Amino acid sequence: MNGTIEAPTIEYALLAPLLVVFGAAIVGVLVEAFAPRYLRSAIHLPLTLLSLAGAFALAVWQAVKGVPTKPAAMGAVAVDGPALFIWGTILILAFVSVLLIKDEEHFVGSAAAVPGSAEEEQSLVERAAHTEVYPLLLFAVGGMLLFPAANDLLVAFVALEVMSLPLYLLCGLARRRRLLSQEAAVKYFLLGAFSSAFFLYGTALLYGFAGSVDLVKINQALGAVGGQDTLLYIGAAMLGVGLLFKIGAAPFQAWKPDVYQGSPTPITALMASGTLVAAFGALLRVFWVGLGGLDWDWRPVLYGVAILTMVVGAVLAITQTDIKRMLAYSSIAHGGFLLIGVIATGHTQAENTSALSGLLFYLVAYGFTTVGAFAVVTMVRDAGGEAWHLSRWAGLGKRSPLLAGVFAFFLLAFAGIPLTSGFFGKYAVFQAAVANGATPLVIIGVVASAVAAFFYVRVIVLMFFSDPAADGPSVVLPSRGTAAVVGVAALATVVLGVYPQPVLDLAHTAAQSLFVR
Amino acid sequence: MPWLSTLMGVSVLGALGVTLVRNDKLAKQFTLVVSLIVLALTVAMAVQFSPNGDKFQFAETYDWIPAFGVHYGVAVDGIALVLILLSVILVPIVVLASWHDAEAGKRSVRTYFSLLLVLEAMMIGVFAATDVFLFYVFFEAMLIPMYFMIGSYGGAQRSYAAVKFLLYSLFGGLLMLVAVIALYSIAGKGTFMFSDLVGTIQDVTTQKWLFLGFFIAFAIKAPLWPFHTWLPDAAAQAPAGAAVLLVGVLDKVGTYGMLRFCLELFPDAAKFFTPLVITLSVIGIVYGAIVAIGQTDMKRLIAYTSVSHFGFIAMGVFAMTTSAGAGATLYMVNHGFSTGALFLIAGFLIYRRGSQFIADYGGVQKVAPILAGTFLVAGLSSLSLPGLSTFVSEFMVLTGTYQRYVVPAVIATVGVILAAIYILWMYQRTMNGPTAESVKSLPDLNAREKWVVAPLVALLLVFGFYPKPLLDVINPAVKDTLSSVSVTDPQPAVPVAQEGQ
Repeated sequence: MNGTIEAPTIEYALLAPLLVVFGAAIVGVLVEAFAPRYLRSAIHLPLTLLSLAGAFALAVWQAVKGVPTKPAAMGAVAVDGPALFIWGTILILAFVSVLLIKDEEHFVGSAAAVPGSAEEEQSLVERAAHTEVYPLLLFAVGGMLLFPAANDLLVAFVALEVMSLPLYLLCGLARRRRLLSQEAAVKYFLLGAFSSAFFLYGTALLYGFAGSVDLVKINQALGAVGGQDTLLYIGAAMLGVGLLFKIGAAPFQAWKPDVYQGSPTPITALMASGTLVAAFGALLRVFWVGLGGLDWDWRPVLYGVAILTMVVGAVLAITQTDIKRMLAYSSIAHGGFLLIGVIATGHTQAENTSALSGLLFYLVAYGFTTVGAFAVVTMVRDAGGEAWHLSRWAGLGKRSPLLAGVFAFFLLAFAGIPLTSGFFGKYAVFQAAVANGATPLVIIGVVASAVAAFFYVRVIVLMFFSDPAADGPSVVLPSRGTAAVVGVAALATVVLGVYPQPVLDLAHTAAQSLFVR
Repeated sequence: MPWLSTLMGVSVLGALGVTLVRNDKLAKQFTLVVSLIVLALTVAMAVQFSPNGDKFQFAETYDWIPAFGVHYGVAVDGIALVLILLSVILVPIVVLASWHDAEAGKRSVRTYFSLLLVLEAMMIGVFAATDVFLFYVFFEAMLIPMYFMIGSYGGAQRSYAAVKFLLYSLFGGLLMLVAVIALYSIAGKGTFMFSDLVGTIQDVTTQKWLFLGFFIAFAIKAPLWPFHTWLPDAAAQAPAGAAVLLVGVLDKVGTYGMLRFCLELFPDAAKFFTPLVITLSVIGIVYGAIVAIGQTDMKRLIAYTSVSHFGFIAMGVFAMTTSAGAGATLYMVNHGFSTGALFLIAGFLIYRRGSQFIADYGGVQKVAPILAGTFLVAGLSSLSLPGLSTFVSEFMVLTGTYQRYVVPAVIATVGVILAAIYILWMYQRTMNGPTAESVKSLPDLNAREKWVVAPLVALLLVFGFYPKPLLDVINPAVKDTLSSVSVTDPQPAVPVAQEGQ
């Protein structure tokens, strides 16, 4: 009252997983600054893995102890069931991606050196390594954790930037095809910056409408404030653009193939799994919690976006000749299928729960399969690095039946064949959509699935039914980390495909309380 | 004893075992032993089946995914039982027939036989499933082993054929998935058990939509005209053994699905669409036969005869009389044996000469009389000569259809005549006449191949003269199915003598 500001109450225990990850990231920066070069990698790796594992353990402990019913940190961060579930998923996927990164061949020795220059030669000779990859990654993961839990648009914006900025950098660090990688980084940065601006502008307009950036208050204002519809609609649309960009929904998908192709493959794996999960979590929270009362207005728009995304993803993937670009388009198509789940809300809590749990399950299933698929991509090498061109994959089934078999299995999971995790993911979302009257959307989804199956199958045809080229790529003996990643991903794809009940239960429990308000 | 799970379990464990065996020859013998064990177990099960007992027997039901109301539910009625018997009889025969198929392509022999056993487990599962969702899972999952069998071990155009096969089936299957989900949502029972879903959809418009979802999937699988175009490619490119299972068993899932799911779940819609389906079937019968006559490739010819025969089966299913329904079910079994025999013997011939083209042969009868003789028996069975098993079923389908739909039955009879043309003409061109130079040194069937053909010929003859054991099992099940559709057989339209005359 007399000029003092009350200290905010912060539930540190609830936010512990976040704090652990950010803390480790800061320690990582200190390591970069003070530890001798030859020790850095040896310190970073256990630090990163331990912090991710610790954060996971804390998240699990939190979930076991009981999910809070109120947002934490003065209403800024909501650590609720869905958020904890998404945290768990992201942390596992990040952990797995770090195992891929460990193989440092993926990263350039000195990013500042011009490709092909003497400096680059020098860095190769010196065996220089960008060990700051690890703290950067931790910051990105921290952002991914905060983004879906942000209960307030400003926190969401901060999280978005914390997540994205390290990723822009990481994208440009590929050891091979330096120019492609740098181009990807620039593209991602520019487009990402635009989308952030859209997000921020939308936030500002919604603040103008509701007088608050708190999602709950915005939702309350929807029914209470009149005469400000222009602000509301433009604000919501802008916010939507920012979010849809991050999940790569059409017509904002253009960055995805380029960025996925150019980035070092472990980073692609992280983006294709972790970022997608985080962005979907945030999208759900904003549209369900913040703009839930406006669903009559955004639903038709998202309907259209979902259709466009599925069609664009499935159709353009057919024309791809690069394995990573193909997987990128496949990820766009899957984004479309996931959007069906966002639209599949109903009138009762039970219906919403089934939609949300279906979506959560799909995210887990898709995340694991994606990481596994990219891990396989890192193992198929030409003289100049990874063998990206599809024609190079011909006859892989004969050269290396096990690896090709596992990859074919991942592709079948993407295609949604029964007894793989992808099938139940799709099924869960489609079922919720049919139950809530979005059958036409499901039919379009089914047709898109059939189209998408074509290009997955085409890769299988290449691997198994064609004869290998004489100078075909070699399959590197995987490092223990990569082997573990492929193994875990394959196992998850099988188990979720044959016995999905436990994870479905978990998703259902997480979704039960829906989002806290 | 959980019979059905045991059958599937043995096949799956066998499939795993084959991949572990390090020696190709041993792997083949192992596969043969496993498939014979499955056959023996199935026979032991079939003996205990009581035709007039409960509708579904050997039932096992466990929760699989309670969140979706999905059960692992298996059981058999008479129809499913005979189709499972058909599958497990064909598998050892196919194993024996495929002895050298995988080697020719210089691809992994163990993988081939492992896929074969996986496929066997799924074939048993798909006919035994009493949970609609489980049926769908098997229906889709069984595509994958077949896809790899065609694509890795087939002829020159194999990858084109395999992809076409997979995409057609997958598309149909996905449409069915929408119908399956919608069925679950609309029924609102929270369960996928077939028995709980029967009769829940009362609204006729809803029935019609759901019916179409299922029916298109089954029509593609069967394949019914005009959804058949994938079959000639797939069957012509597949190795002979895989072609037998594809046409002999996998395609039967389509007609089985029509009988079990389309009729029982959506009776009103089925009645509504009957004229359409019968029309398509009749077109298929005549079209398949005429196109078969024009083929120059032996395997494609046999594939087109199947298009014609599947027309008969579908017509029998939708005629909805006991005689036609039982005939159609019997036809599914017989067709498996007769077309299986045709494909296998043609396969032996092609393996010897290295060509599928009819024009490359001539006068084989003189150099390989046993091969020619068995080919003739299989061919005559395919054209439904009385005394061979397909005759009984074709006759039952035609008379059963005639009771209700006179004109289609009459037109379908034309198919019988055309069958004589395509079979006999093919036989004449390949087996009779002067011996072609290239087949002069063709060896006759060896001991292994005789073991392949003998059981099939025996079955064709036995069931040709004495189909009663099969019909005893089939008839009650078909009656049961039709009564749940609530149709009764039309009374015979014999003019009754007027009193006082």
